[in-house]
Amino acid sequence: MKDPVVAKRPARPGDTGAERGVAAAPHASEAPIPPTPEAPETTKAPHVRPGDRIFRGLATGSGVFIVVLIGAIGLFLILQAIPSLGLDNVNFLTSREWNTTDPTNLRFGILDLTLVTVVVAVLALLIAMPIALGIALFLTQYAPRNLARPFAYVVDLLAAVPSIVFGLWGLFVLGPVLFPFSEWLIENLGWIPLLAKGNVNVQLGGTIFTAGIVVAVMILPIITAVSREVFERTPTMHIEGAIALGATKWEVVRTTVLPFGKAGYVSASMLGLGRALGETIAVAIILSTATSSFGWSLFDGGSTFASKIALAAPEFNDARSAGAYIAAGLVLFVLTFVVNAIARSIVAGHKEYE
Amino acid sequence: MKIQRHGAVLGLVAASALLLSACGSDNNAPTGGTNNTTSNAASVPVECGGKTKLNAEGSSAQKNAVDAFVQAYQAACPGVDLAYNPSGSGAGVKNFNAGQVDFGGSDSALKEGAETTDSTKRCKENPAWNLPLVFGPVAVGYKVSGVDSLVLDAKTTAAIFSGAVKKWNDPAIKALNGSATLPDKDIAVIYRSDESGTTDNFQKYLKVAGGWTKGDGKQFKGGVGEGKEKSAGVAQAVGSIDGAITYVEWSFAQDNKLSVAKIDSGAGAVELTAETAGKAIDEAKIKGEGNNLVLDLDSIYGSKAAGAYPLLLATYEIVCSKGYDADTAKAVKAFLTVAATTGQQQLADAGYVPLPKAFQDKILTAVKAIA
Repeated sequence: MKDPVVAKRPARPGDTGAERGVAAAPHASEAPIPPTPEAPETTKAPHVRPGDRIFRGLATGSGVFIVVLIGAIGLFLILQAIPSLGLDNVNFLTSREWNTTDPTNLRFGILDLTLVTVVVAVLALLIAMPIALGIALFLTQYAPRNLARPFAYVVDLLAAVPSIVFGLWGLFVLGPVLFPFSEWLIENLGWIPLLAKGNVNVQLGGTIFTAGIVVAVMILPIITAVSREVFERTPTMHIEGAIALGATKWEVVRTTVLPFGKAGYVSASMLGLGRALGETIAVAIILSTATSSFGWSLFDGGSTFASKIALAAPEFNDARSAGAYIAAGLVLFVLTFVVNAIARSIVAGHKEYE
Repeated sequence: MKIQRHGAVLGLVAASALLLSACGSDNNAPTGGTNNTTSNAASVPVECGGKTKLNAEGSSAQKNAVDAFVQAYQAACPGVDLAYNPSGSGAGVKNFNAGQVDFGGSDSALKEGAETTDSTKRCKENPAWNLPLVFGPVAVGYKVSGVDSLVLDAKTTAAIFSGAVKKWNDPAIKALNGSATLPDKDIAVIYRSDESGTTDNFQKYLKVAGGWTKGDGKQFKGGVGEGKEKSAGVAQAVGSIDGAITYVEWSFAQDNKLSVAKIDSGAGAVELTAETAGKAIDEAKIKGEGNNLVLDLDSIYGSKAAGAYPLLLATYEIVCSKGYDADTAKAVKAFLTVAATTGQQQLADAGYVPLPKAFQDKILTAVKAIA
């Protein structure tokens, strides 16, 4: 797991040894380099050892590989999408129509898909972020040591549940359970556009509301795991200092753990958001497709990019129709890219906490 | 300490993997009764032999039927197997044409143009044949409390699925159901959100018989209601709300205990049974040439024959007329022979309609001619 906060810590001037011991565990990071027999520390010009060279080659290779891979995916999407985009008879970016039955009259636009995708993902994030924060703080600050570890495994296990299982759970269990609550919301708070009566049957639970909650559960372990790792590395000196000043537990968390871990927590959430944007099968199973377009209600149905593609993919038999879906996939690719870029910039903008 | 932690994680992962794999379900194909709706089942000799492992791919609508065929095939020819990948009709045609599978399954016949020319190339410059081996009736399933019996005609069905008729006690429905008391309740239309041959056939039926103007194709065009994923999704949805209606393969309607509407094509209300659906197959005209048994679906959908249930989904096996190597040809012929005879006996249990005798003979003639 990548953790820029930790990786950069030892380089900071003014670091104390004690802090570094907590933060980066130097002995562990040196372990992979095998000691060579004739390794006295001399003042000679540094000569590169074979192990060093191999390791560097492998690391560089991996880095280049992933860049090439992403480039290739992007290129594939663009090449497949362009012919269909040229045949599109409506505006690709602003149309809400999606009709690819007749390859000679393609009419597809992504506005509805974008809105539903973003709303599902944002709802999931809004639910998952505070809960993940609570879990991570509990595991690192409040839970007894011997309870924290098994607890963390259980949370991680959540990430191992296949998304189709979450989908079925959402369809058969959560949807019906949410019905009375959803109905109550619509009846009493329906004047808020977000909670207005939607374009699908609330009783079936195939709404953005249900899908958002299920996706929230799915991204919970990712956000929790990364946040936990970051919070765990809060310098003991800071914590002890706060306690010495008479801070209560909550004040310790607020003044040391949170400021220190904020950047890591935000980037963990962005990682979760990326997953939420691309969640496919669970959303395809839960979310009802609607015949009218998205009207800004959480109780609307619709399709996300990924679910739209998944629902149509088995019956692709014309390159032009398939290209329309691949064009949608391309937009999702770009959207995820933008989200990650935002996450990176947020992390970079919080350097003062490192 | 670090190592111990990893060990514990590994242990947990291994344990849960074991647990999960232990839960894997065995797909027990229906083994139930063998009702002899097809008369000459046992009398056709099967020439076993050739390749022991066949590959096929395509329409998921015929997956359960193919499972039943494979069982019958293995019973007739010990030691053989056929792997059917239900990845969809589009994929089935594509991979058949690419020579990846021995035959393809599709819920529509090969289209003129690229699909046909590619298939000819794949069969070493011989035509590919479309053999309609599996017929599945599509039920108009509904759930309205207090309404156990409902009669619909194509015109009213089209009106319901396009949003023109919105209430269960609409005069159009009342006119067809004289005595029944229909509630003043909204009709909740449920359709397939995924692209599906069932949707395509349903819309084609409405177009031929019910004046449907919304268009056909694998996406639902009615502009009303909400979509759920796959047959299981729509059937489950209709089962859980009062006042819902959908079109779904018969077996799913049965499994989810949905009421099935009777269809009135002009000669009285017809209940969906294996017999009434078989009667509609008998009415079918073939528009393909020779042994290429492409169906004229309009002749089924538009059928006004008394006692025939016209809403059927026909799925084809797409095979080469010639151009297989000797081993493959022998095995394909053996499999199709079994599928058209003993294999059909179990179909009723799986929600399909066994082939009527006259139609079966046509298929067998075609299978025999494969070289």
